[in-house]
Amino acid sequence: MEKMSRVTTALGSSSITGRTMFCHLDAPANAISVCRDAAQVVVAGRNIFKIYALEEEQFVEKLNLRVGRKPSLNFSCADVMWHQMEENLLATAATNGAVVTWNLGKPSRNKQDQLFTEHKRTVNKVCFHPTEAYMLLSGSQDGFMKCFDLRKKESVSTFSGQSESVRDVQFSMKDYFTFAASFENGNVQLWDIRRPDRYERMFTAHTGPVFCCDWHPDDRGWLATGGRDKMVKVWDMTTNRAKEIYCVQTIASVARVKWRPEKKFHLATCSMMVDHNIYVWDIRRPFIPFATFEEHKDVTTGIVWRHQHDPHYLLSGSKDSTLYQHMFKDATRPVDKANPEGLCFGLMGDLAFAVNESLVSSDGGRKPYPGGDRRYPFFSFKKPNPTEQFAHVSSALSVFETDLDSSRMDWFVKTAQLYLLSGKPFTELCDHNATVARELKRPQVSTTWTMLRIMFSDPALGPNHSLSKLGGLPLMNSFSMKEMGPESRLERCKGESRQDNIHLEPGNSHISNNNEENEETEGSDGPTEYMFGDAELDDDDLYPLEHDNQTVAEEPVYTLPPEAFQLRHEIIDNPSVPEHLQQDKADSPHVSGNEAEVACLTPIESFSLISISQPLYSPHLHANFFCPIVREMLSHYAERGDVQMAVSVLIVLGEKIRKEIDDLTQEHWYMSYIDLLQRFELWNVSNEVIKLSTCSAITCLNQTSTTLHINCSNCKRPMSNKGWICDRCRQCASACAVCHHVVKGLFVWCQGCSHGGHLEHIMNWLKNNSHCPAGCGHLCEYT
Amino acid sequence: MASSSAPSFTFQANGEDNPRQVSGSGSSCRHLSDSESEICPTTKSLARLCSRDKDERAAALEKLSQKILECLELDRAGSARLSKQTLLHLLRLSRSCPLQEVRIRATELLCIAQEEGIEVPRALASGPSAFIPAKEILIEGLNQDVLIESFLSLGRVDHLTMVMALHPSYLSCFLRIQQALFELDGPLPRDWRHYVSVMAAARHHCSYMVQQHSKAFLEAGGEESWLGGIKHAPVKLRSLHTLNKLLAHRPWLITQQHIQELVCAGAEPRWSLAELIHAVILMAHTHSLCSFVWGCGLNPEPDHIGGYAFHPPSPSHIPRSPYSPAHEDGRQELVDGAVEVEVLMKRMVELQQQQEEEECTQEEMVTRFERERSESIPTAVVRGAPPELVLCLVEEPEFRYEDFAPRGEQSPPIMRAQDYSWEDHGFSLVQRLLPDMGQFLDEEFQVVSNLTYNRMAMHEDVDTYTLRKALWNYIHCLYGIRYDDYDYGSVNVLLERSLKVFVKTMACHPEQTTASTYHAFWRHFRHSEKVHANLIVMGARLQAALLYTLRSITAYIK
Repeated sequence: MEKMSRVTTALGSSSITGRTMFCHLDAPANAISVCRDAAQVVVAGRNIFKIYALEEEQFVEKLNLRVGRKPSLNFSCADVMWHQMEENLLATAATNGAVVTWNLGKPSRNKQDQLFTEHKRTVNKVCFHPTEAYMLLSGSQDGFMKCFDLRKKESVSTFSGQSESVRDVQFSMKDYFTFAASFENGNVQLWDIRRPDRYERMFTAHTGPVFCCDWHPDDRGWLATGGRDKMVKVWDMTTNRAKEIYCVQTIASVARVKWRPEKKFHLATCSMMVDHNIYVWDIRRPFIPFATFEEHKDVTTGIVWRHQHDPHYLLSGSKDSTLYQHMFKDATRPVDKANPEGLCFGLMGDLAFAVNESLVSSDGGRKPYPGGDRRYPFFSFKKPNPTEQFAHVSSALSVFETDLDSSRMDWFVKTAQLYLLSGKPFTELCDHNATVARELKRPQVSTTWTMLRIMFSDPALGPNHSLSKLGGLPLMNSFSMKEMGPESRLERCKGESRQDNIHLEPGNSHISNNNEENEETEGSDGPTEYMFGDAELDDDDLYPLEHDNQTVAEEPVYTLPPEAFQLRHEIIDNPSVPEHLQQDKADSPHVSGNEAEVACLTPIESFSLISISQPLYSPHLHANFFCPIVREMLSHYAERGDVQMAVSVLIVLGEKIRKEIDDLTQEHWYMSYIDLLQRFELWNVSNEVIKLSTCSAITCLNQTSTTLHINCSNCKRPMSNKGWICDRCRQCASACAVCHHVVKGLFVWCQGCSHGGHLEHIMNWLKNNSHCPAGCGHLCEYT
Repeated sequence: MASSSAPSFTFQANGEDNPRQVSGSGSSCRHLSDSESEICPTTKSLARLCSRDKDERAAALEKLSQKILECLELDRAGSARLSKQTLLHLLRLSRSCPLQEVRIRATELLCIAQEEGIEVPRALASGPSAFIPAKEILIEGLNQDVLIESFLSLGRVDHLTMVMALHPSYLSCFLRIQQALFELDGPLPRDWRHYVSVMAAARHHCSYMVQQHSKAFLEAGGEESWLGGIKHAPVKLRSLHTLNKLLAHRPWLITQQHIQELVCAGAEPRWSLAELIHAVILMAHTHSLCSFVWGCGLNPEPDHIGGYAFHPPSPSHIPRSPYSPAHEDGRQELVDGAVEVEVLMKRMVELQQQQEEEECTQEEMVTRFERERSESIPTAVVRGAPPELVLCLVEEPEFRYEDFAPRGEQSPPIMRAQDYSWEDHGFSLVQRLLPDMGQFLDEEFQVVSNLTYNRMAMHEDVDTYTLRKALWNYIHCLYGIRYDDYDYGSVNVLLERSLKVFVKTMACHPEQTTASTYHAFWRHFRHSEKVHANLIVMGARLQAALLYTLRSITAYIK
């Protein structure tokens, strides 16, 4: 027999030609099978049972086996197999439990030969013996396998799996008597055809059903199985215990698996749900398919290699009612699309770089990385056999270390921790962040923050301006006069509608910068001033200096205390300004007026003690004007690698800038920043950023797994309700052991006796005591 | 701080008896200012009763009775010192606690309270089920481990659990799936999950399930006003209405479009696939559970509306709550019941032997399927309007089950079980969208279809496979799902007409199940076997509804 098949090989491989082609079937296919000489294919399904001839250019329908006006359920096929020795012999498994054989040599239209209705449930699989002409095996949903001798009217033996439904049966290609059966409960059994009383061995191959199995055509001991758990596993059956030697993780449940002829390590799979592609895997490289066929529009239900010794033709049938012949050379090679180089920065600025070795050696110019001072090349993976189709998969991995000082990331961590992103008025946030940056010796960033404050804090000017316009504020006016340096006073002379209280900083950084825009923005201040006009009129003249514009709008009545509070902030913040401005000299082009500024800042402090709340910053331009500049600036920072700055500014500016930057970019920035933060284990900051972001894709990041399960400390039952009271024992769940009140904040407890309470209380308690405040006698240790 | 929030909490948890509760806690206010533990003398000890530590429990029980006795001493005047809440707790404990000592003590306490002149509530129902005599359930039930476990972890054992406890292996699987659906991490917030269930239960007018989930909904922090009517719920939840309606009554009408409307990019409000599948499973689960509740005639819980009364029932008139299943006494004399069982046994054996020999044509098979499907089973008794509580939660209450294909009409295409099955397709989809849930459901289906005790009525050692299969496939047949490899002739042979009436009523119009339909079938069988039948119907119904929806979702993703 083996000789014969070898003869066919020689014949076959020389004679098979063709191209990638397809034809429409009338109905979804459930299974396909080819005849021995690879010239015809049979397609079977619920409503189809046809034989097609494989011609050079197309499929040609040869025969419709589905005859009769109202075909019986015996034609409704779950599986079909063409005998590999006897070219007129076919067998089908019917969904109603019948096993039918067909003889194409029959002269009548109805080719049905034998009908076995021994199975009680759907038959999932039929399998001819590879060399025996009359031996047929079937596996059914009812949990039985039956072996038929086609010369007899009924089965010769019945094998009971003693477990659930049989999904696949396959005769071994090499062991005459052996067959494998796979089951719905995840087991695979090996049987000797002569011993129907019990299986030879059994092992659990998958969790959930094993949909398919296939013996390796050449290697005696290899069995591939595919299951609902999305795995393909290759088992070595020669040892005492079946050993898993390869495992491929696919993306959907595996419906069929077929070894590729003549290629020891290749197998083809298709899936049962969701995924419509056919993959050919090299089992030694389980991460990415070797080749993919993507033609089908619905799940592929049957795959078969056209000839048992030709690896270049694959036939497939699908639920989308098409039959395809795939040429291997037309397959998509996912690996070609995969990036052959990998690059990754380490946390501390180190760089790892993996690349296909051939690329490195051929291209000498690519290896030096500017910042690198050392290199460790090593080889991760090397194939011994260069004749294999993707033999040369060896990569070099290089690691470049940066020198320690230049790439310290301390600033990043500090900045992340110290930046304020919300919770205060805009100007204060900017000031704060500017200070942070300055203290970390990042003058440019610091300046940027200051500039941002100036650019976008115009509503603050509203009140002052309107007041002066109303003319009812002598005190105010005098303030501004004193406060302002000569430069801004000059500005102020430009026109009556000009904002009065110009701070020096704006003068410095912007006026010099944007002189020509000043005129344009003058008018645009109008709306702002009227917006606050009403509130102003109602109020005492001395108070309208509240600069948080939200509070102005919502709380028309001011009282002194909050104002005083504001003042303090002022004092703290202001001194920072000159310092950083001086630093700016180094990098900033806007040096003019520095002296003036420094000179006039002292008065601000002193005067603000009396009544001025905010440094009366006055942008001369409408905020929108700056948006393009800011956008460029942010992109610049992001591109330079300081995504931290980009995101922080984005958050602090909020609505002011968000519309200017497209969502994808924002999302990208956020993701990068969050990723960095998390790598530095700055969980709190990262969560704050997530919370403050406005991209829906980002905010949902902290929506997963948000449930925290707690037990009541009294009754030790899970707390199911909200609030502080356990609904089972009606006691406060987290009472402080010192004051016996509920702890609604930081709760500290002893790891030994699990008593605890308010952090402060416990700290105080432990100053004088060493025993547990709950009186349990435990010597508590809090560190 | 704590003392001020405690009463409001009790109020919240027991939304249904507001007026009384308010006055109750109000009148006790004068006492509770001094120590907060006296607000409700029992609740804390009640929780401790659920302790896993035996001694702790004993101590709790001791303390509980002391407290209550103390209250009685103090308040000879008989004021509402013992709040209604406490009394109902006691009542519930006395009736349903699986720990015997607790049960006895609670009963004693109630007796004492009554002697002291306090109006004591009594349960209207004589057991968990109106169909099954309490002693059947309690004898087999109450002391089981699974019930004790349920009591210890949930703090109560409800009627549903008690009846299911007739089949402990199923119950433990059921409790797991309940927990996975309602408690574990998932795409929907917890209050929403319960609200979806409330919506689903309302479709079947099942006030038992509505009340159970309403309570849980409030405990999960849900907005009370939503329960006042579906119009108060967010639009996103309301958009489930169509799917809910179809799932409950005619799942075969669910199409790709229905899914698309909820999920597609433009849909507002938009459901994610994971949320949708969670909601679908919740709804299907609740619908089938309603079938079970009606099919077993579950009585309202002692603390449900209609589950208790404060006035002793007059001997002549036993008050019947409109919320509980009808109580017409359907028991008939056991005429030739034994003979029926014999006949059934014989038929099953015959079926198993004959199957190979008897060969029938394709047409014959189709006809048999059609016959079963379209056989007119009168499921007539139309009940009065459902209670207001439920009705306000239903839109389009007139949309009911209609036969899959009434005779003489063009039927929608039947679903072939081989083309879309739970094992091959449904599971993978659920598992992909809602990890682990597929596993839980898979387990449930397996347990319910493999459950057997190898006995039937008075016979032991019977292989009931064919009978169970017939039931399962009959339900699927009613829902238009056909198995190529099943001979529907055997449904006719094995399922007597009265059983069909019951099964069809329960699966398709569960709210019309009556005691007489329950008692009419399998007259010689044990009640536990009837409950088993109920479980099969419930599982089959759940799977059928899920299959149709999942198939539509598959078509949508494609």
